[in-house]
Amino acid sequence: MSLSQLSAYQIAQQVQSKKASCREVVDDFLGRIEAVEERVKAFVTVTGDEARRRADMLDRRLASGEDIGALGGVPIAVKDALCTRGVKTTCSSKMLENFVPPYDAHVVERLAVDGAITVGKANMDEFAMGSSTENSAFFPTRNPWDLERVPGGSSGGSTAAVAALEAPLALGSDTGGSIRQPAAYCGCVGLKPTYGLVSRYGLIAFASSLDQIGPIANDVRDCALLLQSIAGHDRRDTTSINRSLPKYLDALTGNIRGLKVGVPQEFFAQGVQGYVSDAVHKAIDKMAELGAEVVEVSMPSTEYALATYYIIAPSEASSNLARYDGVQYGLRVHEMGDDIVQMYSKTRVKGFGHEVQHRIMIGTHALSSGFYDAYYLKAQKVRTLIRRDFEAAFQKCDVLATPTAPTVAFKLGENANDPFAMKLADVCTIPVNMAGLPAISLPCGFHEKMPIGLQLIGNLLDESTLLRAAHAYEQATDWHTQRAVL
Amino acid sequence: MRLTSEEVDHIALLSRLDLSPAERERAATELSQILDHFEQLKQLDTADVPPTEHVLPVVNVLRADESRPGLPREGVLQNAPEHAGGMFQVPRVVEAE
Amino acid sequence: MSKYEIVIGMEVHAELLTQSKQFCACPNEAVAPPNTNVCPVCLGFPGSLPVLNAKSVDLSLRTVLAFDSKINTRCIFERKNYFYPDLPKAYQVSQRLLPLGEGGFIDIDVPNGDGTSTVKRVGLHDVHMEEDTGKSQHGESIGDPDSSLIDFNRSGIPLLEIVSLPDMRSVEEAEAYMTALRQLLLYLEVSDCKMELGRLRFEASLSLRPWGQEEYGTRVEVKNLNSMKAVRDSLRAEIERQTRILDSGGVVVQQTMLWDEASGTTQPMRSKEQAHDYRYFPEPDLVPLDIDSAWLERVRASMPELPRAKNQRFIEQLGLSSYEAGVLTSSREIAEYYEAALEGYTKSDGGAAKAISNWVCNELLGRVNAQNSSIAEAKVLPAQLRELVQLIDAGTISGKIAKEIFDEMFTSGRDAKSIVEERGLTQMSDTTELEAICEKVIAANPKAVEDYRGGKEKSFGALVGGVMKETKGRANPALVNELLKKALTQ
Ligand SMILES: [Mg+2]
Ligand SMILES: [Zn+2]
Repeated sequence: MSLSQLSAYQIAQQVQSKKASCREVVDDFLGRIEAVEERVKAFVTVTGDEARRRADMLDRRLASGEDIGALGGVPIAVKDALCTRGVKTTCSSKMLENFVPPYDAHVVERLAVDGAITVGKANMDEFAMGSSTENSAFFPTRNPWDLERVPGGSSGGSTAAVAALEAPLALGSDTGGSIRQPAAYCGCVGLKPTYGLVSRYGLIAFASSLDQIGPIANDVRDCALLLQSIAGHDRRDTTSINRSLPKYLDALTGNIRGLKVGVPQEFFAQGVQGYVSDAVHKAIDKMAELGAEVVEVSMPSTEYALATYYIIAPSEASSNLARYDGVQYGLRVHEMGDDIVQMYSKTRVKGFGHEVQHRIMIGTHALSSGFYDAYYLKAQKVRTLIRRDFEAAFQKCDVLATPTAPTVAFKLGENANDPFAMKLADVCTIPVNMAGLPAISLPCGFHEKMPIGLQLIGNLLDESTLLRAAHAYEQATDWHTQRAVL
Repeated sequence: MRLTSEEVDHIALLSRLDLSPAERERAATELSQILDHFEQLKQLDTADVPPTEHVLPVVNVLRADESRPGLPREGVLQNAPEHAGGMFQVPRVVEAE
Repeated sequence: MSKYEIVIGMEVHAELLTQSKQFCACPNEAVAPPNTNVCPVCLGFPGSLPVLNAKSVDLSLRTVLAFDSKINTRCIFERKNYFYPDLPKAYQVSQRLLPLGEGGFIDIDVPNGDGTSTVKRVGLHDVHMEEDTGKSQHGESIGDPDSSLIDFNRSGIPLLEIVSLPDMRSVEEAEAYMTALRQLLLYLEVSDCKMELGRLRFEASLSLRPWGQEEYGTRVEVKNLNSMKAVRDSLRAEIERQTRILDSGGVVVQQTMLWDEASGTTQPMRSKEQAHDYRYFPEPDLVPLDIDSAWLERVRASMPELPRAKNQRFIEQLGLSSYEAGVLTSSREIAEYYEAALEGYTKSDGGAAKAISNWVCNELLGRVNAQNSSIAEAKVLPAQLRELVQLIDAGTISGKIAKEIFDEMFTSGRDAKSIVEERGLTQMSDTTELEAICEKVIAANPKAVEDYRGGKEKSFGALVGGVMKETKGRANPALVNELLKKALTQ
């Protein structure tokens, strides 16, 4: 059996017990990347040489008896929205095509401390805006289960890499579903942690009050393993939570007897296909079989979440992306005789793709004088209503079970001319970001050979319960053992 | 309701996007569509609802006033499209005439 | 008198005296080789995040307490969005909805023109925290007419913006406001107020209206003011310009004018974007401040006595004139010097405060000002000045000699006592010795003696002068008088 078939947890054990060297692991995955990448297109940049160097260095440390960390020797794909010192970080945008950060993101530092090995920077929708990775300025990523279909997005490259076994782990970021929705589309496990659990320092911002970095893996245990590495306080991010963390692996007891699983009907509306709804209900039945108690909950503000999101996220983005103006880094378009405003405006119209421009304009309008109260302030108030729905629901249950996405992965280009259908792909994941809650997506069935995602939503900072529930369900089913054939 | 071309021009200027006439037309259509979608929020009475600025009730996150050297200048300028004399160079900004 | 009433408001930006910047640990030091005190945060690099400097909040709180502003105990930061190459994130973190302080006032002394002054209260609109921008240089000044160059060393330095109400009614009031504000900021040690380095920056808004009219005229903002003189000159020029427009039946256009020192005129600022729309919204990367009473008390305890209170105390408790009190409280250094010199000094006739005040106001500040230096740099320490005055009190030296000694102290920083001893400048009070010298002077000046005896009182002075000359000024003048009179009546 090839090393690339193993889980991250197993690889770490192999390395620790010296059954495999880091170099062997890395060579194996780089071989896999070479074999499938041309079809999957998960990476903007493959960092093979650095990965091999780092593997050799870790092997030397291991040989001299050092502890190389819980992820020692485990390859990982890093979304190209995370800054890596000395390695191009593009956000899949022409704007940052040649941007080389002079510093590492907090999570990248943590991975280094724990011995993980970055094998590449993963493709994404430009500036994380999109649900298919078709908005990458460079190329679309393909779904390993069906190369004619999208992997979802915006963390489509990260997820496709994991599903294609190009890396056992990946980091994504999730603003409105960008980890969970591609995880659902690619049959992976993807977790969006509680807002503030993982430092955003070095994550190129899309919408600051919603963005959160999280793990993507092929099973819940690997997800917990990676979460343990990246979670925790960082003084450089003032929204980072400062408290001691549980041991997430210890939460995976397999026991969910008495766990209260809430089912909000509102998450089964708005375009959720019958096959998705059936699969999710079957999963809920399975959890009941395992001893969980199922309760109905009502969340009436859910239907407003999409509109709320499409005001708040673009508003923050319009400000976060204003810095890309061709002055200090990134693209500059400047023709003879242009003044500074022309330089800005030509640079930005060339550097940003259509979707990014569109959202910048929505946000600019929503914040502008005369419209702020009707749009931005109103949305922030509705956000409070959405949070209150969740608060009320968690009075009655421990986790919520919903679909992750209304459909399975769609075909490339299928939704290109129907922006609303595209946005609907995030209808079940967006409310979670509004409330800052943790949520996980894991496979719960197939439709036409494409994976379907189950979303479990937890209470604030209760990742342990979430992982326990997801793990118990996963262990009682075999969806997670199925692999795309490439 | 469709945005007027003046409104679209204003948004494009504030956004610093040099849109072609065709792009302006497309923006007018797409922005108008999404703004129509936002109308849905008017159904909700939020008069007494406070806005959510942060999802967690964290306050007073401060750092001690200690200084550290900044980045080496190579790191500062390595991504600059143009620089001169250790400074970032841009087309002349005219402040007064 | 002009037909129009002048209405002036002031916006002041003060850079705060911290070690590090507002949101990152870069040194708060703009004067350095370009782009050497910068990091991903103050350069606005992708993925960087701000963390607020605790000291800058404390200094800002000190200031709003001194202004007696209403403090927003829950206060938030907002983003002010606009494009300009010296603004690296294309937004400035500032405050608008819930600034640190709202309202409050500054009392100013408006000169009446006859040496006296009247106290006037200038109201404040708000006081808010923000971050400074980088600095750009344009065109010819950098030898390239088509370029601007940007240095981000200043980017992110903590600023306090103090916005007044349009309460000032003359250039003199505006000047008095600047003086009072600067004095207060210096006392509070929140800023070093070095205008020439841009650490204290004034912007004025000015409008005219016919006397008696209630609503304000159209206001014009005046920027690019690098000194107190620039504020004064630009306001005068702008008043003239607006008066001309109004007199000829024209309309003043609401706009921003830049002061041009060279031509002595204000020039309209050219801005491509007519409609400014800053799109303020709460900064999601910074959490709110929740300022409780314990925090406020801690800051209050760190505050010095403020100049107005000190001035009052000097007049009422120390018996100084309002002129002296004004000079001594004009800066915190001078006041502290004075109080340190006065400490532990007593005088039998109770004139201690006055005596030290004379020395500080006249001798010390006279020399300091002549050198264009500051009292903090003076080599004479407060205790040394006190010792000198004590030597006069004890009759060891005369007042005249004391001034010579002080000259030496001021240049070398040496103690009065050692100078007196080294130069043998101790006052001569030995009767026998002085009697002999008096005899000698009388013998050498028969004409003066004759005149004096003939009733010419004036001639007595010449004889005293003779004794002083003989003794190189060291003779005790009172004793000389007594001995001479005795000798002449014999
Ligand atoms: Mg300001
Ligand atoms: Zn910095």
